Amino acid sequence: MSSIRPYGDTTGDGMVQTSFTLPMPPGPKAEGAAMQLANKMGIEPAMVVHSHGIGSDFTFFVVYGSVRHLVDLDAITVVEREYPLLSPAEVNGEVRKRLRRKLVVVGGCIGTDAHTVGIDAILNIKGFAGEKGLEYYRELKVVNLGAQVTVPELVKRARAEKADAVLVSQVVTQRDAHILNTQEMSAAFREAMGDRRPVLIAGGPRFDPLMAGQLGVDRVFGRGTTPGEVASYLVHAMKESKGVAA
Amino acid sequence: MPLLDLDPDVVATARELAARAAEPVVRIATAHTTVAVERATLRLAGITGADTTHRAGDVPWVNRVVDTVREHCGLEHGVVLPAFHALREHDLGSLTDLAEATAAGQIQYRVPAGRDAERAAKAGRVAVAKGLRTVDRNRAQRDRLITRFGDPPRRPWIYLIVATGDIDEDVVQAANAARAGADIIAVIRSTGQSLLDYVPEGATHHGFAGTYATQENFRIMRAAMDDVSKEVGRYIRVTNYASGLCMPEIAVLGGLQRLDMMLNDSMYGILFRDINPIRTFVDQRFSRQVHARAGIIINTGEDNYLTTADAVDAAHTVTVSQLLNEHFAHEAGLPDELLGLGHAFEINPKVPESFRLELAHALLARELFPDAPLKWMPPTKHMTGDVFNGYLLDGFFNLAGVLTGQSILLVGMMTEAVVTPFLSDRDLALQNVRYVLDAAAGLREDFHPAPGGFIVKRAHQVLGEAVDLLDRIVRDGLLNAIADGTFGLMKRPPDKGKGADGVVEKADGYRNPAADLLESGETK
Repeated sequence: MSSIRPYGDTTGDGMVQTSFTLPMPPGPKAEGAAMQLANKMGIEPAMVVHSHGIGSDFTFFVVYGSVRHLVDLDAITVVEREYPLLSPAEVNGEVRKRLRRKLVVVGGCIGTDAHTVGIDAILNIKGFAGEKGLEYYRELKVVNLGAQVTVPELVKRARAEKADAVLVSQVVTQRDAHILNTQEMSAAFREAMGDRRPVLIAGGPRFDPLMAGQLGVDRVFGRGTTPGEVASYLVHAMKESKGVAA
Repeated sequence: MPLLDLDPDVVATARELAARAAEPVVRIATAHTTVAVERATLRLAGITGADTTHRAGDVPWVNRVVDTVREHCGLEHGVVLPAFHALREHDLGSLTDLAEATAAGQIQYRVPAGRDAERAAKAGRVAVAKGLRTVDRNRAQRDRLITRFGDPPRRPWIYLIVATGDIDEDVVQAANAARAGADIIAVIRSTGQSLLDYVPEGATHHGFAGTYATQENFRIMRAAMDDVSKEVGRYIRVTNYASGLCMPEIAVLGGLQRLDMMLNDSMYGILFRDINPIRTFVDQRFSRQVHARAGIIINTGEDNYLTTADAVDAAHTVTVSQLLNEHFAHEAGLPDELLGLGHAFEINPKVPESFRLELAHALLARELFPDAPLKWMPPTKHMTGDVFNGYLLDGFFNLAGVLTGQSILLVGMMTEAVVTPFLSDRDLALQNVRYVLDAAAGLREDFHPAPGGFIVKRAHQVLGEAVDLLDRIVRDGLLNAIADGTFGLMKRPPDKGKGADGVVEKADGYRNPAADLLESGETK
């Protein structure tokens, strides 16, 4: 089956639920406005099941209804994981076998971003989602530079540590800061090190894995990525790149 | 009425150990000054504004003067002696004139001696005392307004965050939030402000994930909330952040603009912003002395430990940090009623009995610090983007807050970790709080954990672990413990970190009238 519709309680009913706020006082006119928006969103028929005023100038709505859109499964492009998931022991084994030294990972939050929660979830031994962070891997040497690292500082440290991979995390997205910061970072590495640059990895809840090219990095990880996925990718990148394996 | 049957001897031991752990750090703090302390002193003495012609953009006059003094004659004797000596020597009318002349390269600073030194110190004291009297007047004005408009009708007070980046939008959101039931408005700062070694000037409209803390933004928000207080019939408190490299200056600005609460943690900057430990402890002490004078409630940041470490395993580090924060605060002159010690609801909801564990931890804080306005902070780490589950978790958080008698409740957002809250998210969150507070208002009366039961045992265990850790900190030294990653798993050695170059050891002849007036409580 190549096309599907949302499922409420019956196959093909197309039912969805959504909520939004309109900048107008509550009342019949506001409900009509919500209905119109729902219809324009493809929800038809729509039911405004709840509305209430927020202060005197805004109204909040909850809408249920059937969308007329179909999802065409053949037209979907996503980044499928291009490498096998490895256990920490397997990662350590591969690194030992191929590098005969520790694989060096330098990470941090660049720009003004002070949200280290993402990079820490991946790097700190504490880890994320029940998986230990990269610090836990015996054959990985992790240098976590923490928050608000400048790009020149990151390049300098990556060089000094002879980093095989650089991980940057970006949480703040106002005015596309996450995109601009990451592009600045990848350009700086290309300029400073050319082909000898480390593997560049960007992560953050608002990144789409399809953005790697646009950002100038080798791999992008989005929301919900676990340390094990990143570690497995590092092994994959090590195998791919002769520069690292040499 | 105590419910946990804590052993008073163990509690006394914990406090004594915290005092012993803090003692060497207090000694270091009193033996040093920082560029930020000196700038804060000049702000109290009346310097405002910035050098708008500087090629680096707007550089506050206090930075210009302190940097130049440091370059010419060092800061070992403080900025007051050279600055006020130069003022007299050049016969300038005001400190702003002095700052402008400094920028024009007309001033050569030196440390005066003998009678010149006495004269400069005296003039400095007169100027700083005037600033402190403004702080005193604001405190009295707050008391008057609270009498007129009234305090919130019940505890916990409801604390809500706005963070649009634009102070004018913040005012709109804050006013709406207050009308919808918020008692305290916190304006989150722009990401990155903590690492600026200056305080930006003027009203600002372009912050990142928050709004810059500036004196003018403080004034705008306080004035707007005074109007809203009148409208809603209760005094709406305003909060900002005295943290980062400008802790002392922001504390002064908060006092000058009648802010009511300020985030001020003894170790947060070190651990989470990688600010130099010595810089932080020196700045923290001065800023807390200013808060004490201004009657500002501090909010400490223990919630942060639980976002990096596991909330069950690291529960005792929260207690240890609370005890250290309490000691540092008392030492700086803050009484219990201004100690908004923090803690948070961050246990993984998948852990069996997680709610009972939360109750045990929250009750422990309540009983260890019976007179402190504890700040209870909502789940963030286990908010997954499933907003429906998040809303439920926030409801349990609110219930734990009511049940354990928390004083200040930071409203949790179901969209935590998804987007900056929508208007509707905030409204739904306040509905959640109101429902729980109405539905379970008096439930605390019926809440008596079984003696020797799960909750009581857990609280005793956490307190015991806290005492053990404090004992280890006393033996190793607090600075070493911080360097070893004891708190929040972050390793921060005392000679590293941002702002280390702004720390100066005081000379014997160091003078700072602000420090003198804050220590003595005098007004002249």
